Amino acid sequence: MTGSGFSVSGYGPERSNLARLLARDSIVRRLDWPMLLAAIALSGIGTALVYSATRNRTELVGDDPYSFALKHVLNTGIGFALMIGTVWLGHRTLRTAVPILYGISVFLVLLVLTPLGATINGAHAWIVLGGGFSLQPSEFVKITIILGMAMLLAARVDAGDKDHPDHRTVLQSLGLAAVPIMIVLLMPDLGSVMVMAMIVLGVLLASGASNRWVFGLLGAGVAGGVAIWQLGVLDDYQIARFAAFANPALDPAGVGYNTNQARIAIGSGGLTGTGLTKGSQTTGQFVPEQQTDFVFTVAGEELGFVGAGAILLLLGVVLWRACAIARETTELYGTIVAAGIIAWFAFQAFENIGMTLGIMPVAGLPLPFVSYGGSSMFAVWVAVGLLQSIKVQRPMSA
Amino acid sequence: MTNIPETGRTPRVQIRLIIIQILVVSLLLTLGGRLWYLQVRNGEEYAKEASGNHVQQVVQPAVRGSILDARGVPIADNHTRLVVSASRTDLMKMKDDGKAVLAKLADVLAMDPKDVADKVRLCDSKTPQPCWNGSPYQPIPITDEATPKQALQIRERSEDFPGITAEPTAVRRYPAPGKSNTAQVLGYLSPVTDDEINKAKDTDSPFLRSDQVGRSGLERTYDKQLRGKAGVTRYEVDNLGRVIGTAKSDEAEPGANVVTSIDARVQAVSEYWLNDAMEKARGEFDKNTGENYKADAGAVVVMENKTGRVVSMASNPSYDPNAWVGGISGKDYAKLTGKKSNYPLLNRAIQGQAAPGSIFKVIPTAAAVNAGYDFNGRYPCPSSYSIGGQTFKNFESKGHGSITLGQALEVSCDTVFYKLSHDQWAKDGGNKPKPDAKDWFYKTAHQFGLGKETGIDLPNEVTGRVPDRQWKKDYWKANKDAWCKQGKKGGEYSERIAYENCLEGMKMRAGDSVNYSIGQGDTLVTPIQMATIYSAIANGGTMYDPTVGKAIISADGKRIQEIKPKAHGKLPMDAELRKDIDGALADVATRGTAAWRFGGWPQDKIPMHAKTGTAEVYGKQTTSWFATYTKDYTIVMTISQGGTGSGASGPAVRKIYDAIYGLDDSGNQDLKKALLPEPQKTLPKIEADGSIDAPKIKPYKPEAAEPKDGQPQGQPDGQQPDGQQPDGGQQDGQQQDDQQELAGAVANWRRD
Repeated sequence: MTGSGFSVSGYGPERSNLARLLARDSIVRRLDWPMLLAAIALSGIGTALVYSATRNRTELVGDDPYSFALKHVLNTGIGFALMIGTVWLGHRTLRTAVPILYGISVFLVLLVLTPLGATINGAHAWIVLGGGFSLQPSEFVKITIILGMAMLLAARVDAGDKDHPDHRTVLQSLGLAAVPIMIVLLMPDLGSVMVMAMIVLGVLLASGASNRWVFGLLGAGVAGGVAIWQLGVLDDYQIARFAAFANPALDPAGVGYNTNQARIAIGSGGLTGTGLTKGSQTTGQFVPEQQTDFVFTVAGEELGFVGAGAILLLLGVVLWRACAIARETTELYGTIVAAGIIAWFAFQAFENIGMTLGIMPVAGLPLPFVSYGGSSMFAVWVAVGLLQSIKVQRPMSA
Repeated sequence: MTNIPETGRTPRVQIRLIIIQILVVSLLLTLGGRLWYLQVRNGEEYAKEASGNHVQQVVQPAVRGSILDARGVPIADNHTRLVVSASRTDLMKMKDDGKAVLAKLADVLAMDPKDVADKVRLCDSKTPQPCWNGSPYQPIPITDEATPKQALQIRERSEDFPGITAEPTAVRRYPAPGKSNTAQVLGYLSPVTDDEINKAKDTDSPFLRSDQVGRSGLERTYDKQLRGKAGVTRYEVDNLGRVIGTAKSDEAEPGANVVTSIDARVQAVSEYWLNDAMEKARGEFDKNTGENYKADAGAVVVMENKTGRVVSMASNPSYDPNAWVGGISGKDYAKLTGKKSNYPLLNRAIQGQAAPGSIFKVIPTAAAVNAGYDFNGRYPCPSSYSIGGQTFKNFESKGHGSITLGQALEVSCDTVFYKLSHDQWAKDGGNKPKPDAKDWFYKTAHQFGLGKETGIDLPNEVTGRVPDRQWKKDYWKANKDAWCKQGKKGGEYSERIAYENCLEGMKMRAGDSVNYSIGQGDTLVTPIQMATIYSAIANGGTMYDPTVGKAIISADGKRIQEIKPKAHGKLPMDAELRKDIDGALADVATRGTAAWRFGGWPQDKIPMHAKTGTAEVYGKQTTSWFATYTKDYTIVMTISQGGTGSGASGPAVRKIYDAIYGLDDSGNQDLKKALLPEPQKTLPKIEADGSIDAPKIKPYKPEAAEPKDGQPQGQPDGQQPDGQQPDGGQQDGQQQDDQQELAGAVANWRRD
């Protein structure tokens, strides 16, 4: 709107700031706009879906059918601010604060295990803050695991000492990740554990650690999974979820109910969907958790293949850009962080959508940007901020 | 651009990043493919599943159509009653199966707690009425006579009465206009059974759980039309069954109204005089049995000759059809089905069969003429007729010399028909029938439509029986074992008969053919069959399927489906013979066996034709039959164990004619008083809104004093052997005793 040759007297400082902000080499110009717009679009679609999913649930929204949608917008706004803050600080600045952030996040997940923790939907993963707010620390742990591991793994390489992390560093970084993962496993929040395991895998892959570590970790994951199953760490509901995944016809009124109803909702949407708020499965609340973990069913039913496909496409844009950032950045630290985020987003989205489509077992994970929920929204936007920071390669402040 | 130097980006990392990127893309493609598979490929299937998921159907039963008389007067309709119902499903959820609630309910309704408890139990083979024979999921009506106060008590304290509802509901009503009860013709409703629901599931008129189904009479015949189509409101419900919206719904289509040919006024008159005749008969002494006549059952049919439409049809004993509404009580049910009540549910006009006695004689007359005898030939009418030592008497044991077939009808001479039938039997080979046996007398009976249903539009009509050779054979086969076991040569009467039957029950014997010729023996007919035959004689020979339904009019009055008269055959007689028989039957009314009942009848204005019958029944008193017709109407009446034809039924039939034509006892016509001097041709007027105009109707009151008290129960049928003298003192020229009258009649012919 303001061309460079156009000036208005008396607005000098503002104009010059704006001009600086929009200058060719400014941060704003260098931001990854496709990713940003895709993330905003996803959050926007999420708002509509959350509205549709909650508008008639007076036990949640009270008198105001928009209250959840508005909160979703608010969460998005806060997330967006966190992203800007993250970009402003820069991922390199944050690198120095990683030990503190890591410490805080581990402390918070530990808190969940104390009487302060609360169980929501079978997962003992929450800290209730009062005033209707609650926190899911495992969302933030995902970030600190990425940052912490990246910090350790990239230190020697970025310093130019080595061309890939040595075994000792890898072990250290795995230990760093293992602490919060074990705590989250004790909650137990199996979905988050799976995502974290994927993050670790992605981080290790990108770090250039030797193949032995990568395959070793994969083997350990499988062995761990078997052990978890055998040792009875899982709650009955979690075993039941897997059983229902294996055979959805099993007890359709009970365990298989979610997946069955979710598939009916999505399937009935057809090509173009019923239209927002017109879906009978959604309106009738046949799918539980349809504003959070099963939000994709609302998209499937009401927006159809076109709308649900658009969500996949937008997620694809975010992930594609993230991959590009990971490949283009010059330092390993940024590469590892980006790869961790890619692993996180990709697996969490795949698991979340996959379970609604009946190709993955049910696990309590939100769909990034789209699902209702503050902690998740903040975490993914911070992650976007990290990606943007890597993209703009802002030098360390201070 | 940056002050950070490029550091060691090993190719390994680059390759792994590309692998990650490929993995990410393939994950997304997997999701996309699966999404396409669910939504585009199988979308329709899931959509169907989704709608089945959250659509609940609520059924509004259609209001049942009314049954109207020929002028539009409702004889079955609906009215709003406060119905208190109990949901068994809810009651069974309680610890004590709802006993406490039902006891409280009984208290509020001022009913016997046991009655209330009985009403909600389910019927099975061991449970006596009252019990619920509908679906256990359907609310069970406890009473349809709740007062508004009771209903309010139940509704206001709904927490005290879980599972109990009090709702205004359209309830069937049989208003009995003008005191016409019409019970057996109307029939009744009762809840649909599981069996019926299953059977009708895939038809175009499936039953609903809450449906009432016509069980007999018009309610059953026209059930489908009367029932209409229930409305279905489809609610979209959420996962907890809460209603969140309405889906496509079908409005209830009220049932059609059925206009009948019944005239409620004539019906009331018929019922009144049938009952009156039976009561009077019970005051008469029967010399044969040494006790008064029992007159245990009777029926009368008034039929239009030119259409076969039934103007009235009464059966006695009767009952109040309203007893069935809202579930019948145990006491009422026992009363209606008990032997003591003599089965009032039976419609004796179509389900009562008896030997016809002499009203049968038009059939052997036609048979004889068809067999080659001259109607106007001379046939001996001796006082008795003997075959092989067995003597068959003319009932009044009186001979009339040589008479024509017409005169034989007029004086009801049995011996004329004995001989004709016996001759034919012999001609057909007697006990060893020829293969080409003509069986004129039996064949003719079949041609008259006997031995099979008339096809009236009422359910469960019985066929009667023509005891021909085939029947004899079948009957013998079915019974010979019992007969042969019981039979004893030279034993008691019944044993001797059984012995005889065992040996040659398969044969048509001479005596059988003789008995048959006058409508005795094993011959059975229904009143409706005889009405069909006599109305056919009246109308020129067409036998119509009798009909009660006349038209079906949709609730909005827009669609009218007339039920046209349908003939099922022609009488087996040519025009000349018909005219001859018609004349003879007129003579019966003017100077024959029925003449004493038609004294003062304006024969020139309204020609009356009649035939009397007094049938003997083994072990019982005689059955009274009276078949009559005018130009437009046929009336057939019968009274079981009632005495003679004209004696027991004669006055009642005349009273019905008097009411129809507006005649007084002396035969003066007052058209203003005439109920139906001509058959009702038009349908009732239908208003624009579909409602049907109904004229006001006053309860039938017979003319003040019944002047014929102590009237003779004489035997002018000429079938009582003793020639009992009627009392004197009658005012309409019936002072002569019937024997004198008959003698006079015969004398007249001789003079001719």
